Amino acid sequence: MKNAITIAGKELAGYFVQPVAYVVMSVFLLLGGFFFFNMLRYFEVMLNAYTAMQNPQVLARLNLNSAVIEPLLHNLAIVLVILVPAITMRSFAEEKRTGTYELLLTAPVRTGEIVAGKFIAAAVFMLIMIGLAGIFPLILVMFGNPEVGVMMAGYIGLALLSITFVSVGLFTSSLTQNQIIAAISCFGILLLLYVISWPAQAGGSQFGDLLRYLSLPDHFGQMVSGIVDTRDLIYFASVITVALFLTQRAVESVRWR
Amino acid sequence: MIEVKNLVKSYGNFVAVKGISFKAESGSILGFLGPNGAGKTTTMRIITGFMPATSGTVLIDGLDIFSNSLAARAKIGYLPENPPLYTDMRVEAYLRFVARLRGVSKSKVDAALDHVLNVCGLTDMAGRICGQLSKGYRQRVGLAQALIHDPPVLVLDEPTIGLDPRQIHEIRGLIHELAGNRTVVLSTHILPEVSQICDKVVIIADGHVVLQEYLAQLPAGTSLEDVFLHAIAKEGHAESGSAEETLEEVGAGHT
Repeated sequence: MKNAITIAGKELAGYFVQPVAYVVMSVFLLLGGFFFFNMLRYFEVMLNAYTAMQNPQVLARLNLNSAVIEPLLHNLAIVLVILVPAITMRSFAEEKRTGTYELLLTAPVRTGEIVAGKFIAAAVFMLIMIGLAGIFPLILVMFGNPEVGVMMAGYIGLALLSITFVSVGLFTSSLTQNQIIAAISCFGILLLLYVISWPAQAGGSQFGDLLRYLSLPDHFGQMVSGIVDTRDLIYFASVITVALFLTQRAVESVRWR
Repeated sequence: MIEVKNLVKSYGNFVAVKGISFKAESGSILGFLGPNGAGKTTTMRIITGFMPATSGTVLIDGLDIFSNSLAARAKIGYLPENPPLYTDMRVEAYLRFVARLRGVSKSKVDAALDHVLNVCGLTDMAGRICGQLSKGYRQRVGLAQALIHDPPVLVLDEPTIGLDPRQIHEIRGLIHELAGNRTVVLSTHILPEVSQICDKVVIIADGHVVLQEYLAQLPAGTSLEDVFLHAIAKEGHAESGSAEETLEEVGAGHT
C-alpha cells in the first residue's frame, strides 16, 4: 500500500508538470460552462414563456435540476468519453517506450501496487477536475433553490463514471507502448459501453436486458436523476474491478511470456 | 553474490540464452562480455527479475529471483542499457521517488539522496530536469538511482556507453570505488574497461558462456582482446567448458 501511494504521488505530480492535464481540464470546464450557460438561458426562456402563458402545471414541473443539471451532467459525461483517454493513455505506454518500465518492474514492488498507484493518481485527478466543475451547481445554489441532494447524487455519479473510464484507460494503456493506440482503443471501449443498449429493443427480451444492463448511460442516468441505487453502484464497481484486474494481468504478463 | 545456473530464455522459437551458468562473488567486479546480440541484456534482465527465464535459476545472495522475487529484487541496484529516467521530473524528485520505491525509509531518504548526489557528482544538478540533462549526466543519474538504496548487488548494463573519455574515466573510477564489498556485474564490449576494473570475466557468444576466468589467471602476455576474439571465434564448433583450451591456445600463440 505504501508503494502504491508513493507511485500515486509521483504520477499525480507528473500530471501537473505536463501541459496535457491543463488542456484537458480547461476543455472540460470551458465546455461545461458553455453547456451550463445554454441550459440556464433556455430555462429562463421557458420560465418566461410559461409564466406569460399562465400555465401552472407546466411551471410546477419546470425545475433547475431537470432543466439544467441533468442535461449538463449527461453532456459532461460524453465529454469525458473523449477526454479520459487523453489522460490515461500515457500511464503504462509511456513507461514502456522510455524504458522506465524496467525500473518499476525491477523494484521490490508488486504489480498490483503499480496498478493501484496509477489508478489512484488518475482517479484523484478526475475528482479534482469534477470538483472544479462543482462551480455550476454552486452558482445555482447561490441564485436559486435547486435540490441539493439530487445534484449531489448526479455529481457522485459523474465521479464514479470518470473513475470507471479511468480504469478502462489504464487497461488499454497497459497493452501497448503506443499512446495513440492506447487512447483510441480506450475511446472505442467507452463509446461502445455508451451505445451498447441501442440494439436492445431488437435483441429480444433477455439479450436486450443484458445490453441494457451493460449500458453506461442507463446506470449513470439513474444517479443523475437523483436515485443512488446499489445496483448501479455495483455496476460501476464491477467494471472498475474487471478493468483493474485485467490491467494487473497485462502488467504481470511480462513475467510469464 | 550472484549465482546463475543453466539459464535458458527463448522468445517463441528463437532461443536467446542457451544455458548460461556463472558465479559473481561479493567484493568483486565481474565483466560480462560478448558481441552484440549475444544475450547480455537478456541475461541481465533475467538476473534483475524484469523477465523470467524459460528455465534455470538465479540466486541473489541466496534468494531466488523467481520464487522469492520481492526480497531478491530489494537487494539489486540495476542500471538498464538506457537510464530509466522520467524525463519531466527533476533529478532530486526522481531520486527521492526511486529511493521510496526501493524501500528506503522516509527518515533516511535525505541522507541517501545527499550521499548518491555526492558520489555521482550530481550535487549541482539536483534541481535540473532529467530530460534536459546531457547523456553523461543522464548516465550518472541512472547510476545514482541504482545506488540509492545501498544495494549489495549492482547490475550495470553498459554503464559507460555514449560517454566522453573523461566521463568514462570518472565512471570507471566510481564503479571501482563502489565495488567495496558489493557484487558488481557490468556488461560492456569495451575490452580495456574490463582489464582495468574487473576481477573476473565472463564471455558469452550466441547464448553460451565461452569463457569464465579471473583476470589474474589469464596467461601472462595475452591481451584480453586476443582471448575475446579467440573465444567467440570458437563458438559454433565448441561448447562452453572449453575455457582452458582457449586460454592455452591464446597463450601458445603469444609465446
